[in-house]
This record gives sequence, structure tokens and C-alpha cells, in this order.
Amino acid sequence: MSTEPILTARGLVKHYGRVVALNQADFDLYPGEILAVIGDNGAGKSTLIKAISGAIHPDEGEIRLDGEPIHFRSPLEAREAGIETVYQTLALSPALSIADNMFLGREIRKSGFMGRWFRSLDREAMERIAREKLSDLGLMTIQNISQAVETLSGGQRQGVAVARAAAFGSKVIIMDEPTAALGVKESRRVLDLIQDVRSRGMPIVLISHNMPHVFEVADRIHVHRLGRRLCVIDPKDYTMSDAVAFMTGAKEPPAEALAA
Amino acid sequence: MSEAGGAARGKQEFEDGLEKGDASVAAFESHEKTVLDRLQHFLHGNPTMVPVIVLLLSIAVFGFVAGGNFFSAFNLSLVMQQVSIIGILAAAQSLVILTAGIDLSVGASMVLVSVIMGNLAVKMGFPAPLAIGVGFVCGMLAGTLNGFLVTRVKLPPFIVTLGTWNIFFALNLWLSGAQSIRSQDIDATAPLLKWFGESIRIGGAQFTYGSILMVLIFAVLWYVLNRTAWGRHVYAVGDDKEAAELSGIRTNRTLVQVYAVAGLVCAIGAWASIGRVGSVSPQSFQEANLQSITAVVIGGISLFGGRGSIVGPLVGALIVGVFNSGLRLAGVDVLWQVFAIGWLTIIAVALDQWIRKVSA
Ligand SMILES: Nc1ncnc2c1ncn2[C@@H]1O[C@H](COP(=O)(O)OP(=O)(O)OP(=O)(O)O)[C@@H](O)[C@H]1O
Ligand SMILES: [Mg+2]
Repeated sequence: MSTEPILTARGLVKHYGRVVALNQADFDLYPGEILAVIGDNGAGKSTLIKAISGAIHPDEGEIRLDGEPIHFRSPLEAREAGIETVYQTLALSPALSIADNMFLGREIRKSGFMGRWFRSLDREAMERIAREKLSDLGLMTIQNISQAVETLSGGQRQGVAVARAAAFGSKVIIMDEPTAALGVKESRRVLDLIQDVRSRGMPIVLISHNMPHVFEVADRIHVHRLGRRLCVIDPKDYTMSDAVAFMTGAKEPPAEALAA
Repeated sequence: MSEAGGAARGKQEFEDGLEKGDASVAAFESHEKTVLDRLQHFLHGNPTMVPVIVLLLSIAVFGFVAGGNFFSAFNLSLVMQQVSIIGILAAAQSLVILTAGIDLSVGASMVLVSVIMGNLAVKMGFPAPLAIGVGFVCGMLAGTLNGFLVTRVKLPPFIVTLGTWNIFFALNLWLSGAQSIRSQDIDATAPLLKWFGESIRIGGAQFTYGSILMVLIFAVLWYVLNRTAWGRHVYAVGDDKEAAELSGIRTNRTLVQVYAVAGLVCAIGAWASIGRVGSVSPQSFQEANLQSITAVVIGGISLFGGRGSIVGPLVGALIVGVFNSGLRLAGVDVLWQVFAIGWLTIIAVALDQWIRKVSA
């Protein structure tokens, strides 16, 4: 690829006690692409994206955004740099409302006197935007935007987390299994949304175990195995069974994919 | 639907059904529910209703048992006056409990601050406003110490505040020499310290500035918790700290702020307590600590954090006051007041557990 990657990682290492979650992992994301990350359970995919999004601190290795080395000390800093993440655990506050959750940490204040001097929140604005973002996702089976997230179904919660990331990401959006709990229709919406986001020029990292989804939307597929990047393949050149074979170690990846 | 993928890629066949499918919003036949189920759901959505119902019931019952005196506006305003300090401590306690913590040091830090104010203004002759200001700063520092130990040293709040409770109490005895500062001495040098003991009459009721202060503190906290971003963060941190951190909240900073604000509220309570007692007494309010926790728990704030309304503890404090006052007017021995409050606390926690098990 001729352009420079927007986000790169080199030699990431992360230990959890004696478990090596990341073992010299590399990562490249190019502008405007959908990069799928696949791998067995426990391969280290979530750990990789947590290192990128500031949720954990790798023991070793280097991460660069737009060529500049970055050291996010918290997810907030990654977010301020434009990297928005849907975590596998969703990271929602169950007792707070949908609107509160979507705007957590970036609440909108009223514009006038009350907002300036008493820091009053603009609830109407936040609820309106939250409703818009959810309807974009076709999640209007949610009737009440001020209902607590814990009263939603698992798939609806996932929808809220995806909508939040899509609404606020400005540089990179990372989604850790965003469709795992979603129904057929809702999964389709999320895939459409992912493609929408790409058409706006924003790159997306999609972690998924769903091979048809991965092969449908991904421009490149990063295969993660035993804590490191095994290879990167083009979905047009390989079949799903090839990908699964690489992922599980049943088949050696081709040399040119290793170099990628 | 957009087809951004390559030629060979695209929707899967089984998804064709989607187009013809019913796009309407899911509607569920509401299955038969028992009265108990409904009640559980209602209380889950309105957790403050429990204490309100209990308060109204207890007023009714004690009004019946203790006779007409109980209902007098004067007696009811007296109840408010009696619970004003417990109420203020409960407000501070609520903030900490909302973050899934507990602050056992609220009572001790309040008494310590009142001793500091008294020493500075009465014994050392500093101007009263300065003494009060220094007291406020000390209260905030005491809270910040708790917050620091909880977040940076990562100790459980129960242990931290159990420790600082004793530390503050020892400091208090050291600074005061275990001696009270007498009412006359305060009147002579710094009457401002007793300002919250003054009162206004409205009809038959008599409200001390202290009881008005208690209501004001709750009103301000209600606003902050419900109408500002910081308040939402306090709930989020108590609800699920890790999720809050991942969604971009500086959870440790929020926690330290919560303990610091709680310390400040205790310091304001310290000023009010001098007016309430009429003197600075290092041995006073020994039982206020646990009563404040009782008020919070009865008020429907979950000990597990993140749930409950700040209005609840105000009602909870009033319930404690109504029980004490009603039992006293009915001529019941004081030990049964303690007995009743103990049961009330346990029942309140049991109720909280039950409400939280509601099926979504
Ligand atoms: N907080 C943690 N503490 C200890 N070990 C952890 C922790 N998080 C991850 N690990 C370990 O690190 C390894 C990689 O985990 P990770 O969650 O990154 O896998 P994954 O590829 O996302 O798997 P999955 O497909 O199941 O989501 C696993 O062996 C896991 O047990
Ligand atoms: Mg994972």
C-alpha cells in the first residue's frame, strides 16, 4: 500500500502475571479501510485494542498515531485524540440512562446563564441527539431514551455502545465484537453503519468471530494468533476456511502475507 | 441498504427475509403480574418512595400512639431541629455511599473541625470568620486524605475511614484536652459560631437556621447530582468503576473529589453543630456517625453504589427523628428507640436487596 498507516503498533508486549497476552504484536491500520482482526479465543485481540485505546499500558512496544509516538495514560486521552472504542464488555453504566451513557464524560452544558455559572446540563439536547443516533442504527425498539441501560436487552445495550462510538469517533473507530449479541436485522444495521463510517473516510478496526461478516466488509484481515500478528490477508484472495486454518494453526500462512 | 462491499461480497441470502419483514417496534403482551411484582417494579423505578411511605406511616402511627402533641407544628419542627446534624452528616455520607464506598469518619471529622473552629476563635482570639474558613479547609483536607488513601494507596474505604475515624478522634481529644468550650465563652468572643442555633418562627413551627441549612445542603446536592456532569460521574463511578473509566471518566479524580466534598459538608455541619449544642463539645455526636449511615440506608441509597436519590437520606433522617421523638412522647424507654432504629436499618437493607433483584 502506498499511503502511510494512520495507526501502527510495533512489538507490543503485555503480561498478566505469567500469562503473555501480547507477545511482540504488530498492528497497522491504513486510512479509510476496514481492518478485521480475527483470532481464537484468548489470542489477545481485546488486549491489543485495549493497548491502542489507552485502557491498558503495554509493558513494551511502541504505538504511533499519524506517525507520532503516543502514550495514552487513560481511555480519555485516546478518546480526545479521536479514537473511539466499543469494548467487548461495552463499558456502559447500568443504572444510568441511555442518554447519560452516550454522553458520559462529554456532556453538553446549557448555553446560557445556568450552563455557564451553574454547569447545568442540557438534557433535551443530549436526549435528542441520543435518539437520532439510535434511530440511525435502527434501534428505535427502544422506546424511552431516559430508561436505565440495565433494563435493555443485551443486543440493545450493544447497539447503544456502537451508536456512542459511531457518534463521537473522529479519527479511528475500534469495535470489539460489536455484533456478538445482535439479531440478524441489527447486525445488518451495524455492518451498514461500519460501511457508512468508512465512506466518510474514517478507518475502522472490527474484531469479530463471524467469518461471513468479516469477509463481507473487511478490506484486509489481520490474523492474530498466540498474542501476535500472524499475517494479514486480503479477503478477495483467500476463502473463509483458509482464514480459519491460519487462525487455528492448521495451515501455514503464505510468505507474502507474513511480510504485510 | 448500502452495498459498499465488493462484487462477490454483500448481504447473505438468509437476510433477504429482512426486507419483507415487519419493521414495527416490538410490543409485548404484558403477562399477568402479581401485586408484589408490580410493587417491586414500581419501587425499582422510584426507590425514594419506600422512605417516603415509611415516613408518612410512622408519622401516622406515632401521631395515633403519642396523641395530639405529636402532630403539633412545633413538635414536627423540633424533629427537624433534632435531626439537622445527623441529616447533614447523612448528606456527606450519601455522596460516599453513592460511589460504593463508606465513610465511617464523618462524625469524627465533624467534631474535630468544630474543636478547631472553637480553639481558633475562642481560645486563640482569631476572628470567627477566619476560624470557620480554616475549619472548612481542614474538613476538606480530612476528606481528601480519605480519598487519597482509597484511590492511590488502593485501600478499601471501610478500613481507611475506620482508621481516620480513630485518628480524627484522637486529634480532637488532643486539641481540646477533652474539655468543652463553654457557651458563655463563645457568646463573649465569637457568637458567630452559634449562628445556626438561632431560629425563625413560622406559625406554630420554629425552624433553627441549622434545620434550614440541612434542607439547603440537600437541595444543592440534589442539583449537583442530577443536573451537572460531575453528578452523573459520581453515579457512574459507583455503578461500575471500570466501565466509567473506559468511557472516559477520570474515576480516581472523581472519587477524591467526592471524599473532599463530603469532608467539606461535615465541616459545614461542624459549624451548625456548635449552634445546635450551644457549646463545642469534643465528646458529642458519638452516635451520629452510625445514625447518619442509618439515614442513608433507610433513605434507599444502595450500599453497593450508583443507585438511589439524594432526597432519600433527608427523608431517612426525618424517619430516625420521628421514631425517636414518637417513642419518647409515647413514654418508651430510650433503649427501645435504639432497638427500633437497629431493626429499621436491617429491614431497609433487606428491602434494597429485594428491589435490586427486579427482573428487567
Ligand atoms: N485482566 C486480565 N487479567 C489476567 N489475564 C488476562 C486479563 N485480560 C486478558 N487476560 C489474558 O490474556 C489473554 C488474551 O486475552 P484477550 O481478552 O485479549 O483475548 P481475545 O483474543 O480478545 O479473546 P476473545 O475472542 O475470547 O475475546 C487470555 O489468555 C486472557 O486470559
Ligand atoms: Mg476479546
